Order: sequence, then C-alpha cells, then structure tokens
Amino acid sequence: MTATIEIDGLRKRFGSTQALDGMTFTVQPGQVTGFVGPNGAGKSTTMRVVVGLDAPDAGTASIGGRPYRSLQNPLTHVGSLLDAGALQPGRSARNHLLWLAHSQGLAAGRVDEVIALAGLEPAARRKAGGYSLGMRQRLGIAAALLGDPPVLIFDEPYNGMDPEGIIWMKGFLRALAAQGRAVLVSSHLMSELEDTAGHLVVVGRGRVIADTTVAGLIAAASGDRITVRTTARAQAMTALAGAGAEVATTGPGTLTISNLSAGKAVAVLTAHAVPFGEVTAHRATLEQAYMELTHASVEFRAEETS
Amino acid sequence: MTTAPVTPYRSQAAAGRESFWHLVHAEWTKFRTVRGWVIAMIVAIMAITAFVFLASNVSSSCSGSACPAPPTGPGGEPVTDAFYFAHQPLTGNGTITVQITSLTGQVAVGPSQTVPGLQPWSKAGIIIKQSTSPGSAYAAMMVTGSHGVRMQWDYVNDTPGLGKGAGEAGGVSAASTRWLRLVRDGDTITGYDSADGTHWTLAGTATLPRLTSTVQAGLFAAAPSNGNTATATGVFRHIGLSWPATRWTGTNVGGSGPNGVPQPGTLRQSAGTITVTGSGDITPLAGDGSVLSLQRALAGTPIGLIPLILVGAMFITAEYRRGLIRVSLAASPRRGRLLAAKAVMIATVSFVTGLIAAALAVAAGTRTLARTGVPLWPVPALTLARMLVGTAALLAVAAVLALAIGTVLRRSAAAVAAAIVVIFVPYLLALVPPLVGGGVLARGGFAGGGLSLVAREWLLRITPAAGFSAQQVVPRFSQVTGAFYSPNWGYYPLAPWTGFAVECAWAAAALTLAFYLLRRRDA
Repeated sequence: MTATIEIDGLRKRFGSTQALDGMTFTVQPGQVTGFVGPNGAGKSTTMRVVVGLDAPDAGTASIGGRPYRSLQNPLTHVGSLLDAGALQPGRSARNHLLWLAHSQGLAAGRVDEVIALAGLEPAARRKAGGYSLGMRQRLGIAAALLGDPPVLIFDEPYNGMDPEGIIWMKGFLRALAAQGRAVLVSSHLMSELEDTAGHLVVVGRGRVIADTTVAGLIAAASGDRITVRTTARAQAMTALAGAGAEVATTGPGTLTISNLSAGKAVAVLTAHAVPFGEVTAHRATLEQAYMELTHASVEFRAEETS
Repeated sequence: MTTAPVTPYRSQAAAGRESFWHLVHAEWTKFRTVRGWVIAMIVAIMAITAFVFLASNVSSSCSGSACPAPPTGPGGEPVTDAFYFAHQPLTGNGTITVQITSLTGQVAVGPSQTVPGLQPWSKAGIIIKQSTSPGSAYAAMMVTGSHGVRMQWDYVNDTPGLGKGAGEAGGVSAASTRWLRLVRDGDTITGYDSADGTHWTLAGTATLPRLTSTVQAGLFAAAPSNGNTATATGVFRHIGLSWPATRWTGTNVGGSGPNGVPQPGTLRQSAGTITVTGSGDITPLAGDGSVLSLQRALAGTPIGLIPLILVGAMFITAEYRRGLIRVSLAASPRRGRLLAAKAVMIATVSFVTGLIAAALAVAAGTRTLARTGVPLWPVPALTLARMLVGTAALLAVAAVLALAIGTVLRRSAAAVAAAIVVIFVPYLLALVPPLVGGGVLARGGFAGGGLSLVAREWLLRITPAAGFSAQQVVPRFSQVTGAFYSPNWGYYPLAPWTGFAVECAWAAAALTLAFYLLRRRDA
C-alpha cells in the first residue's frame, strides 16, 4: 500500500450548506501537505470523510487506493487527530492511549513510546480532563502515532499551543514527513504552515482553489510584476511600452510593469538612456498570496471601511 | 518543485491480525479506567444486598407464638394437610375400589349460617397415605365440586381424571356416579376412574419413594375454607378392598388448631354405604403471603438495575458527548463490531456484578427470611441456580438494552430516562403496592392503589420487565383455593425463561435499530 491520501470529487451537503463541492486532491508521502482555507471551507469535513466518520454524498476518499473502512487495524495505516477535546475527562492520558492500543492489538509498551514522543511523560497518569488544550493536542498527536502509521492527518494541531509548542510541533511534523510519511495538516492560518508545508492545498467553499508548492503559490500571487523607480516617469513609460510591457503608474516616481522581465527592463531603460533608481521583482508574501486566493471564498467578511 | 522520490514509510508497530477480541479488550480498558463506572457496579451490588433486610420486613398474619409452623410435605414445602379420613391399615400391595354416588356440602354465608353448596375444590374420594400425620406422603383419587375427577399426590401434583371428558365434569349424583380405584404396588400408586365400574381409565401414576410397608388407606372428604367454614360430604358404595378388611377408623388429620381442620368431620356407616363428611384441604401453601419466596431476598434487584442502566447507556453516550465516539470509530471503522464489542463488554460486566450481588443477597436473605417465622418455600439447587443466573442475565440484558437506547438517542439524560421508563417503571407499576409498602401477609392483603392485576400482569408479559420472571421460584398451583398469584408475591405471568426471552427480544430489537442508525449516521 502506498502512503497516499486520494480525495476525488467529494460532495457533501449539510442542510442548506454545501460543505464539500467537488473537493479533489492527493496527499503525497515524504512531505507535509498544508490544508488551508478559511473557517467553513470544508477542511474538517474532508478529514472526517477520509477516516470514514462522515459519508460523502458523492465522490471517494481512499488511503493508498483503499477505503478507510476496509483497512485492518486502521490506526497502523492512518493516524488522525481531528478533535483534541475527544477525551473521557476522568480517564488518564495513559489509559486513553492504552485502550486505543488494545483496540489495534498493540502492546502496552507502544503506549509509553508515544507518550515519550509527544513529550507527555510528566502528565501521562493524570486525568485528561485537567489538561490544557496544548496538552490535549500533544495527547492527540500521541494517539495518532500509536500505530506508527505511514499516513497522518492533523486538524488544526496548533490550536491552543504556546509558542514553544508551536515550534516543537513544526519540527515534529517536518521530521515525520522526512521519514517518508504522508502528513496532512489543516490550518486556517497560513503562517502556521509557512515553514513546514512543502505542498499546499488551498480550499474555499468546499473546493480546491490552489494545489501547489509554497514557491508556486507565491509566484502566482506575484504575477511576474516588477517595480521601477525613476525620476523620468514619462520617458520610462514610453520606452517600456515600446518594448511591449504593460505599464501602470503606482506612485509619484514608481511604475509597475508586467509582461517584461526585470533584466529586459534594465536593458531597455539603459538603451534609451532613461535614468532609473531601482528595478525589483514584485514579490508577494505567502500570507498575501493566501489572502488574495481566498478573498473571494471567505463567507463572512468584515465590511471594508475607508 | 521537483520532489525527490520518497520511500513510503512502513509502520513498525507490531499489530497482529485484526480481531474482535481486541475491541472487547479495548472496551474493557475503557470501562475499568473510568472510576465512576466501577463504583456504579459496587453500588449495584450494595443496593441488591442491602434490600435483603427491607424485603424481610414481614410479619406473619397470626401473631408470634400463637402461630405454629405449618406441616411440610415430602418435598419440604409448607402444606395444608387437614381433612377427615376414614382409614384402615394396608400392609404391602393392595387395591381399593369405590363407587361414589354423591358429593354435597355446606357453605357458610355468615358467621352462623350455612347453606347447601360446594366450593370448586371441595372434594371426596379415596386416599392411600403414609400415616395420619400431617405432611406425610399420599396419593388420592377424588371427585371435586367443579373440577371433575382428579388424581392428586404429595400436595403439589394434580392431574385430571375421567372428568376431562366432555359431560363428565359436572357434579356427581345418583344418576351419574363415579368409580375410583387406587392400586398400590411397592412405592408406586396408580389411579383409575370409571363411569360404570367396568371400563377403567388410567388417571395417573404416583411414585412415593419413602412409603413404608404399612400405610393407611381409605375414604376422605375435605372442603377448603374460604373465610367461613365449609364442609363436603361424600357417599360411598361398593367399597372393594383387596386385603382382609378391618374396622374403619375416623381421624381428623391435622387435628384442630390453626393448621388443623376448621370443623371436625364425621363417619357414618349403614348397610353397604359409608358417608364421610369433612372440612379442610390437602394442598401446598402457596399463592399468597402465607409462605415466603426466597425471591424476596432479591427485592433489591430493580434498585441495583438503575446503576447498571446508567452505565449501560453512558458507555456510549459519554463518547458522543465528548466526541470520543469519533476516535472509537476511527479505530474500528466497521461500526457494527464496535457496538458488538461494547454489548459483549457491558453484558459481561453486568452479568458478573449481578451474579455476585444475587449470590450475596440470597446467602444473607436465606438466614434473614428464616427468622421471620413465615414458612419459606424450599428451592431445589437447580431452581436456585436458575434464579441466580437468571438475575444476573436479566441485569446484563437490561444493560445491553440501555446501551442500545444510548446508541439510538446519543444523549445521556435522554437515554437513561428512556431506559428507566421501559425497564424499571413497568416493573415498579407491576409491583404496586411495592414491597416497601409494608409486606402485609394476610390473605387478600393486597391493598390496591396501583393498576389492576390484569394490567400489572400484562406489563410483565410485554415490557422488558418480563425479564424479572427469571427470578420466580414458587410455582403456581391451580388446585389451591384462594390463591392470589400476584407479582407482589413473586408470581409472574410468564415462565422464567419465557419472560427472559421477552426481555431479550426487546434488547435484540433495540440493538438492531442501534446497529442500523450507527452505520447510517455520520459520527
């Protein structure tokens, strides 16, 4: 079985809400795939469908080509953390992991291993009901790792984590992916994924908006535009337009041009002896790229004033 | 971006083959790691055993020392053994044959007024009895007030004779006489009856294992007292004895007193005719509060049921409340198996809890009930085992039913309430007035206040409370006059395992719905 998640044409409606509207993407092993989109974009529903909790109206989700429900001892194939609060408050973390281990025929020794992996040792025998959200996330991570699965699915794992925890989590996710696992991590904040995810699936309103690498997403948002600073604005505009560029004035001494590479622009300006101060490739941040992409799909936005 | 070819990760976890028992093991771990659930089991045991003392809070209808213990029959059961007996000794084997030409009687209609009449179970006939001591072994052929010809032996056995034929069930008269015969061969006594003294029909065969060589054989008459004294008179002709006849002796078996005959009998002999008049009855003591059932020791069962219902329902609703059900279902995506594992688990835990509780309660109850002075119906080992196992099983199935209801409703409060309404409430209604109402033991002591007996019995036929039938230990006897087979006294309308089967059917139906919904709904 290959360690991939294949999501193909998922559709699901809850009452009047179309939660999934043709969701399609594949999660590959060996990297962290960030699953981003605004709240209500269908991330959690997609994850629940993958692990067989929700039934889609149409489409399929499979793990290495097999439906989740057909997996034997499924936690040894797929580990998931969908809701860190899914605990019996009176049961200790260790006992929570112990019943999960028993359900898969795993030895109790594995429980102590994942407790160590998730950094839960000091609290493992305390009642889980007294845990902070960050601790619950760690317990959820431990549970997901119990079966040492090649596929991992984490829904908003950074929620409730302190800065130290977030740094730990980022490194942890990268390390898991580096072992050759397929790691799908959802978040509604791009910043949490920026230096972790090798691949991004951006979703909005139940469908995929972008399925690309981090670099690709930034490039797409930057749109190959360059910025030129010059004191001879009119001269520069004539020269650049003559070379086939589309030119717009974006400030007193600033032109934004497209359809022309930065190198070509320097050559044209030099050839026409137009003085210029700076030619730079316009580069969007990942956050800007994400905002731009999801702008249309955000369902509830604050009214923009000014 | 180009991705270097990755070697997909392979799980290093040494999971064995998938097994249903792994899921049961997981459910056991879940159960034992929630302290409240373990405590609930202890509470159930405590509730069931604690109620022993309340259940034995009974007093005899006659006060203290004026109330001698009733005689006990060959099986150890308390009996009524009071009648008029015209007898002579029989040594070894022998046969007695009579023609009975008349059965008449007197029925009291007031303190000092009697009118001619018969009780349905007024009786006269022939009897072979170990001795004239109350409670000794016997076999008898008789005609009755309205139950035709019967053969009865050793108090608890009753079988119809020729009277089962159409037209023969009516009363005995000179125009329609009955012939009765008893044949003793060792410890076997065979009864026959006939309409003409020529063509005989086998009525029944009784084995009385402890019969000695010399027994008493002869004629008898008895009429059960139903508040006021009644008598029965039988007229016998053509009395044929296979042994050298001796003088007839008339004895009021049981003497006079609380356990004796209400009214002394008479024996009159004239040419070829013997007339015997007597009162009293020969039956087990059953069907009302004059005898205690060991089942009373288990009166706390419905109270112990409540914590089991609670845990049964919450075993799944607690998972729904916290979203933990999603973790469980991700670990066991074939959902029917998860529910089955939970059912196996909760049934086992409840069964063991119930068995411990029932064994403790019965052990304590046997001694406590013996101290009340009210006779205790003897319980054979197999019946005792059935009562204990039945109690454990009815609790286990109730917990599974609660689990199924919890799966369907998914909310703790609603599920617990629903389970209590379908299991506990019908039982409570069927028992009104409940045991805590004070244990009035007098005949007819039932004080009403609840549903009619018919309605209460229907509750115990069709609701899951029918499972309590598995606890019944005192049998019903149709030949006992004045018997009031009320659930209060431990009499259920269904046979023990039939009632339990009704409860199982409920659990099976609820589980089927639960399976269907669990598979169909999003978690």
